[in-house]
Amino acid sequence: MDNNKNWIDQRFPLTKVWNEHLAEYYTPRNFNFWYFFGSLAILMLVIQILTGVFLTMHYKPDAALAFASVEYIMRDVDWGWLIRYIHSTGASAFFVVIYLHMYRGLLYGSYKAPRELIWILGMVLYIALMAEAFMGYVLPWGQMSYWGAKVIINLFGSFPVVGDIIVEFILGDYAVGDPTLNRFFSLHVIALPLILVILVFLHIVALHTVGSNNPDGVEIKKNKDKNGIPKDGIPFHPYYSVKDIMGVVVFLMIFSSIVFFAPALNGYFLEAPNFVEANPLKTPDHIAPLWYLTPFYSVLRAIPPMFGSQLPGVLAMFAALLILIALPWLDRSKVKSIRYRSWPYKVALTIFVITFIVLGWLGMQAVTPLYSLMAQIFTALYFAFFILMPWFTSIGKTKPVPERTTEH
Amino acid sequence: MKKLLNTTLSAMTAMIISFNANAAGSNVHLESANTDITDEASLQRGAKSFMNFCSGCHSIELIRYNRIAKDLNISEADMAKNLMFNADKVGSKVFSSIPADDAKLWFGTTPPDLSLTARAKGTDWIYSYLKGFYTDESRPYGVNNHVLKNASMPDALWQLKQDKSEKEFEQDVRDITNFLDYVSEPVKLIRYDIGIKVIGFLFILFILSYLLKKEYWKDVKYGKWRAKD
Repeated sequence: MDNNKNWIDQRFPLTKVWNEHLAEYYTPRNFNFWYFFGSLAILMLVIQILTGVFLTMHYKPDAALAFASVEYIMRDVDWGWLIRYIHSTGASAFFVVIYLHMYRGLLYGSYKAPRELIWILGMVLYIALMAEAFMGYVLPWGQMSYWGAKVIINLFGSFPVVGDIIVEFILGDYAVGDPTLNRFFSLHVIALPLILVILVFLHIVALHTVGSNNPDGVEIKKNKDKNGIPKDGIPFHPYYSVKDIMGVVVFLMIFSSIVFFAPALNGYFLEAPNFVEANPLKTPDHIAPLWYLTPFYSVLRAIPPMFGSQLPGVLAMFAALLILIALPWLDRSKVKSIRYRSWPYKVALTIFVITFIVLGWLGMQAVTPLYSLMAQIFTALYFAFFILMPWFTSIGKTKPVPERTTEH
Repeated sequence: MKKLLNTTLSAMTAMIISFNANAAGSNVHLESANTDITDEASLQRGAKSFMNFCSGCHSIELIRYNRIAKDLNISEADMAKNLMFNADKVGSKVFSSIPADDAKLWFGTTPPDLSLTARAKGTDWIYSYLKGFYTDESRPYGVNNHVLKNASMPDALWQLKQDKSEKEFEQDVRDITNFLDYVSEPVKLIRYDIGIKVIGFLFILFILSYLLKKEYWKDVKYGKWRAKD
């Protein structure tokens, strides 16, 4: 065994990589509940890729056959229903995990120096994941697949001059149709997963370069023992690997409850109108994207058309997404963790979380004057969180940050 | 920390419970179908009624006769003899007997395939719709529908409605609805049972993984990885 290891190590840095990233990667000892979601996100990516491989074996990316082929998977393919439900539930579960993972970042200031690049890579991942999910949702070719795609893609048409060209380029046609389905299939199963895997790799490399943040927001690398090991650090493997296994099992219990007992989750994970095949001549009463996109959909609908163009709403929607990238520079606080932050930040973060959830909820509803007004108010609050951040993070009294993690 | 966790989790639970994504749109009052997919007799009666009263015009082409036979414990011979009006082979999909072009001419529209209606519209909708016919001389077939205004479908169940007591008729409609619920997702019959086993397995795995974690973390609490000073 040792000989084999030598043989490989002379040709590939196996032991070195293993040690650097697992056995001798020192992780803060005080991780709590919120630190499960990074490993769970990787789990979700693996689940989605594996189930996707099997779905691709039976799915037909053809506007005339796609809808029936999904039902063929649900009925005639052995265990196809399970693979499909895992994949469809997995898409939503992936976003649940990602949103909690991002919220953790907000709680403990994980995006602050020296971890800005991890945050940016994470945001690019998030946007790529949205694109991946959106294209995946088109593939079953139900009414919501079709009309959702139509609404979202036509947004690009609001750009002056180049708008129509962009839309035509995305669609491969003048309307959503077979060419659109084909290219979305290609992007969904090859291009975007490849991008996601590369980005995850970069996200982790960047993380392992600077080391993990923790609930106290202290840098464990500042306190090392004589061997150069952080005093508040423990090796990732086996301590966090066994802890994460426990997290994975709990997560899988919740995940399986949905897969087996409520795969459509009352219309949240699989929308009822999507069980009707796409029909270009029949517009559904109410078109709503799946829940994970609705906060941004709300922002889009909140901004009224100006000069006969939807452009302001579209720009606001993209701004709402892209402004997250600026977070590391908008936050002026000296401390990272919510535990030692001043009260204005705590208030602002609470309002922001409520805002995001309300926007998400509004994005699923049909527009009424009241909901429109609410969407406008909460859109303003959404942007206020970022625009006012340099101010509210620099006022108020912060608590002193300890030298060492508190749980040791 | 615990407080934070509690508030977040309870807020999320409240969200899931209070939001109903399916509620959008419809302002017609729907009666509760009250179907039970585990009631095999009801599914069998529903299959029989469907084949007799519905399959003339409506296909359920996403399912095959032999699948229905297998899932509802009907022998293939019985199926072929009593319930297959539009096909010769038990392996065939359940197509309607009406030619699409004729249907369009006679009804103004092709009667839709009902394979997924229970998933798209819900069982309550089907139940209320089938019960919702009333006399309206202004319509070509002399009937209109409370749930789907100006439906182009005649009241296919009028004979049952006339011959049976209200309670028996309701049960017939419920059986058809139940059958269509099964047709829309045949695995619904088995996924609950599998789910319980899977979660039972995961629960045992959780106990083991918890003990494993606890064992390893003794090092962190008392052993070699206890924080220095």
